[in-house]
Amino acid sequence: MILVVAEQQGGKLHRASWEAVAAAQELAGDRPIAAVILGAGPADAAAALSAAALSAVHVIDSPLVEPYTPDAYVDALVKAIGELRPDYVVLAHTYRTRDFAPKLAARLDRALVSDCVGIRPGSKTTFLRPVFQGKLVAEVAAEGEPPHLVSVQIGAYRGDNAKRGAAPASVTPLHVALDASAIRQKAEEPFQEARQAVDLSQAERIVAVGRGIKAQEHLAVAEKLASVLGAQLAASRPICDSGWLPMERQIGSSGQTVAPKLYVALGISGAIQHVVGMKGSRTIVAINKDADAPIFEIADYGIVGDLFEIVPAMIAELEKR
Amino acid sequence: MRIAVCIKQVPTREWQPRIDDTKRGVREQDASFEMNEPDAYALEEALRLREKHGGEVVACTAGPARASQVLREALARGADRAIHVEDDRLSSVGTDPAVVAGALAEAVRDEKFDLVLTGLQSDDQGAAQTGVILAERLGLPHATIVMEVQVQEPHVRVKRELEGGWFQWVQMPLPALVTIQSGINQLRYATLKGIMGAKKKEIRKVVPTALPASRTSLVSLDVPRKTKQTQMVAGSPADAAKTLVAKLKDEARVIE
Repeated sequence: MILVVAEQQGGKLHRASWEAVAAAQELAGDRPIAAVILGAGPADAAAALSAAALSAVHVIDSPLVEPYTPDAYVDALVKAIGELRPDYVVLAHTYRTRDFAPKLAARLDRALVSDCVGIRPGSKTTFLRPVFQGKLVAEVAAEGEPPHLVSVQIGAYRGDNAKRGAAPASVTPLHVALDASAIRQKAEEPFQEARQAVDLSQAERIVAVGRGIKAQEHLAVAEKLASVLGAQLAASRPICDSGWLPMERQIGSSGQTVAPKLYVALGISGAIQHVVGMKGSRTIVAINKDADAPIFEIADYGIVGDLFEIVPAMIAELEKR
Repeated sequence: MRIAVCIKQVPTREWQPRIDDTKRGVREQDASFEMNEPDAYALEEALRLREKHGGEVVACTAGPARASQVLREALARGADRAIHVEDDRLSSVGTDPAVVAGALAEAVRDEKFDLVLTGLQSDDQGAAQTGVILAERLGLPHATIVMEVQVQEPHVRVKRELEGGWFQWVQMPLPALVTIQSGINQLRYATLKGIMGAKKKEIRKVVPTALPASRTSLVSLDVPRKTKQTQMVAGSPADAAKTLVAKLKDEARVIE
């Protein structure tokens, strides 16, 4: 049996949970797939998930798992896994999974293959995961006793490809005795820093800059290109960390997710944390001095060269029109 | 406050790894190495906490002999002393994070640190597991992907980054382990005085007698397969720009 650990917040199912279901379906072969979801009254999210082709949706309904803490999740999931005895536990590699899954694996003393982008089922199933900033792919096998834990990278599987069931899966409560004294974290309500003044998700065109821009004063050339293209200016995380652009212009897992008609990546290597936020863009242009930069793997058009020579030439060309 | 900072030595971002003949390793001969960036932010945060609350900062790493370079750098930036868990098996591409975390746990357990900081993940393997497993092995509560640390003894209160611009405050009793997100602070660099002073500081070497069992194995390495047909536009900057603009207009039809 394969067990998918689904994720919900405020009764809303995390969309990456569908991606985890899609990955589990690729891994499962003939084996049944069940899901488990945790929360204080997560009925809406459980009902949404029951549309998937699953043998059951197990619900751990307890005030002790809401708001989320890693100690409560590990306690609950160790007990759920003990009861359900899956061969594999599949999770989406969300921020929450990163917070508790290594602890869960360590507590169980079982393998965790994290941030996978592919599965090769077989007599010895293996998993593909990017290493060296996506410059290489490692094929990894889980060793030791089952269950083996696997987290799949956001966007590596398509949630809308997850098979739906002919009828909704049965939603069943899973009673596990949780130990309140084992929960050491006290979590407050999630909040947003400031209202996002810039909604990049609505932009038709985006010019984004990365480490290759090298200095804050060089932003002017990217701004000029954005202006002649009628594009919004955005950036990868390091640029916002340096304070060169405000955080609200950050694209990636910790920033905004965008899918414009045109995305121009200037001096962006294509680290996965950035790529998950923009790979749905219709046309991607990458300009980078490093021919091996992973950004070229997802680009429609690429130029290897010095952006400080190419971008002014593009501006001149666009201004001619 | 006695603070440990776990730091990994990683190849520089610019380095292009080449797969070796075994298909399970990379040719390191042409690599140069640096401090894993999120770990550098963790070190900086530890130094700031020491400035505020007093105590000591101990830089820890697990890796082969060459990894001592990042400890020297941490000492030059202001760490008080260092611990090097030295073993060649702790740095290869396929090393299970559980093995690294287990080896680190054994080496630092008796130090009874109040706070253990590390980066949220490594720039080379990117498993995002070592810190959290280390917390479990040391029996400590933890929080990950943290953007602010407030020590309010006997607690620590941290601001966790969630997805899509959301945050959350979490409080835990000390001792605790926190993984730090890049950008939490502004990094300081070593001064000449710091570099000179570092030479007199202690690096305690720990050679593990046995390593924990690996729960994963590396089968092979490969180069990524392209998912898209990328058109590479060549020529002088002016020619390439002209061709690209024409393609964006006439072929992709994304500009007027």
